Amino acid sequence: MKRVQFERSPIPYLFLLPQIGIIFVFFLWPALQAVYQSFLLEDAFGLSSQFVWFRNYEDMVLDRDWVRSAVFTLVFSAIVAFGSLGVALLLAVKANEAIHGATTYKTLLIWAYAVAPAVAGLIGHVLFNPLVGDLHFLLNGLGWDFDRGTDGLDAAFMVSLIAIWKQVSVNFIFFLAGLQSIPKSVQEAAVLDCRSPEKRFWTITFPLLAPTTFFLLVINITYAFFETFGIIDVTTRGGPGGATNTLVYKVYKDGFLGADLGGSSAQSVVLLLMVLALTVFQFRFVERKVHY
Amino acid sequence: MAAGMGFMGTAQAEPTEITFWHAMGGRLGEVVDEMTAEFNASQSDVKLTSIYKGGYEDTMTAGIAAFRAGEHPHIIQVFDAGAATIINAPGAVYPVADLLKEHGVGFDVEAYIPGVRYFYADSDGKMIGMPFNSSTPLLYFNKEALAKAGVEAPKTWEDFEAIAPKLVEAGYVPLSQSHSPWIFSENFHSRHNLQMATANNGFDSTDVDILYNNEHLKGHWAKVKGWLDKGWYGYYGRGWGENQDAFVQGKTAMWLGSSGSFGGLRKSAEFDFGTTYLPYWQSIIEEPKGTFIGGAALFAFSGHDDDEYKAVAKFFEYMTKPETQFFWHKETGYVPITTGAYDLAKKAGYYNEAPDAEVGILQLSQPGGEWTKGYRLGYYVQIREVMYKNYEQLLNGEASVDEAFQAIESESNELLDRFHDTYN
Repeated sequence: MKRVQFERSPIPYLFLLPQIGIIFVFFLWPALQAVYQSFLLEDAFGLSSQFVWFRNYEDMVLDRDWVRSAVFTLVFSAIVAFGSLGVALLLAVKANEAIHGATTYKTLLIWAYAVAPAVAGLIGHVLFNPLVGDLHFLLNGLGWDFDRGTDGLDAAFMVSLIAIWKQVSVNFIFFLAGLQSIPKSVQEAAVLDCRSPEKRFWTITFPLLAPTTFFLLVINITYAFFETFGIIDVTTRGGPGGATNTLVYKVYKDGFLGADLGGSSAQSVVLLLMVLALTVFQFRFVERKVHY
Repeated sequence: MAAGMGFMGTAQAEPTEITFWHAMGGRLGEVVDEMTAEFNASQSDVKLTSIYKGGYEDTMTAGIAAFRAGEHPHIIQVFDAGAATIINAPGAVYPVADLLKEHGVGFDVEAYIPGVRYFYADSDGKMIGMPFNSSTPLLYFNKEALAKAGVEAPKTWEDFEAIAPKLVEAGYVPLSQSHSPWIFSENFHSRHNLQMATANNGFDSTDVDILYNNEHLKGHWAKVKGWLDKGWYGYYGRGWGENQDAFVQGKTAMWLGSSGSFGGLRKSAEFDFGTTYLPYWQSIIEEPKGTFIGGAALFAFSGHDDDEYKAVAKFFEYMTKPETQFFWHKETGYVPITTGAYDLAKKAGYYNEAPDAEVGILQLSQPGGEWTKGYRLGYYVQIREVMYKNYEQLLNGEASVDEAFQAIESESNELLDRFHDTYN
């Protein structure tokens, strides 16, 4: 590629400064503070502190709870991301096919997008309540001895279900938009070449949706890591027995509720690195399979 | 403005403004607002502003953040499990006993009822925080259910085991309970006069180990697990509300909750209920001891002017007046913290009209023992989490009693070590 040389002017950099300033003040500076704090043992009120190097990190990895919640977070994120993507894709394909009443159908599916995670949690909390919850009665009626209060797997199932339900509508909007942007001519040509709708979908439609899917994958993993906080806080608070404690929820519990700032900072630094690593992995390896 | 004020002369000096952050929402918050308004109307030197900051943890977090920014309120409400964090932070608070003595109000620890005297005190018994909303665990029972089964409310856990099958026969789950760390661990120890942590339950030092891994508490939880399996005990999750709801809806015949729930239950329960003392194991102790308080206390942050502390002292004086305490007690169900207020409530005939409202104070006034003064343990919020977690694993069969208590011991001690290293 031929490089075009312009005379260097400082003005473009000046225009960037406000943005860089904002990023520094609201993102980099707090992040650096967290890194610094993670090397300290400090009383909650900031009246005395000592530098302890990696003690907070050591305590963290030796903590069975942290390990357990790290494992849970990874499994939970995978289930939520793939679950909500799968359901949304199915619904979007069906909605794209339906001609009659499609608007109503689409509106109904998109509605749930307006629900805040905490509200979704509250709805789930009521539906699965052992005393009044319809879903609780339904599951028990079906012969599943469902009890979100004492059984860790049941509770994990419940939060996953709510988290997936909450995210399906966003994914649906994007998938539907993606499907509608596929040219009719391509689809018609495919129909001539291949009679099996499944095969057509996986060989023609899905690859054309790949950029959307990749974008949604990144968004959904971030969602499962961070935004499910509200759902967990309202429904299980990490219980029973720590079975639904995500890393973010543990950071919150130790830092905000427990006033252990050093330990909580160390956890959030590691969390940040994990998400960073996941994002790098997705862009380096998954994105290769995506054709724009 | 200043010129206008000039006409009023010097006698009408500007009132000293102080702020108070609290965690009392709903009806409790309304009562706090009423008390604030009455205090402000009762005198002209001090103007108090009360601000609701969310739950106990939110209020404490807000207070910590404000303190670090140098914008802290004068008074903050801190709950039992957070007490060690604020008391051990070097110089974060002005001890209330000193504050009252140094600002002409005077202070007499004997004026407070026994169960509340020492919980928010240092190891010498000097009161650091002013007890405010104090409650204690009680047994609530559905009179209809007990009559149907033909039984009396249990005094001891041995009694409970005798009546539980009859309650099951009558169609009830005999018992549910809210907040197992508070009732089935902390108060279990004071009721049976057992030591719960080294270093005088943590009052003497932050270098402390937890003593929960003892045969008595383990024995109790082995029984609880057995009750659960036999359908004698209902566990509806860790939420306070869910276990209470099971009682309100008539599913469980009895519920272990807080004396502070009394007012709310009177409104929500559609059946006649009574209250009685927290049961104990006769096999552990012949004569049970009193319980200690839960709830929260008011702390005066350090770093304000003397004038302002004078105003704070005035407010504390108002808060501990028998009339104020009686009002608070009547409206909320929390116990009156001074004997003066208790006497006033008795004189006013309140307990003839609501005899169950007295049970909490009577229980707190039962003879104390060596280990009934409370505890002072750091990172106790997390330790309660550890307990919740392990109790749940014990109840759902993931862990045996021994495993659960070994985990409670080792995980709590790690937290206590961290706290000790942080605050020394």
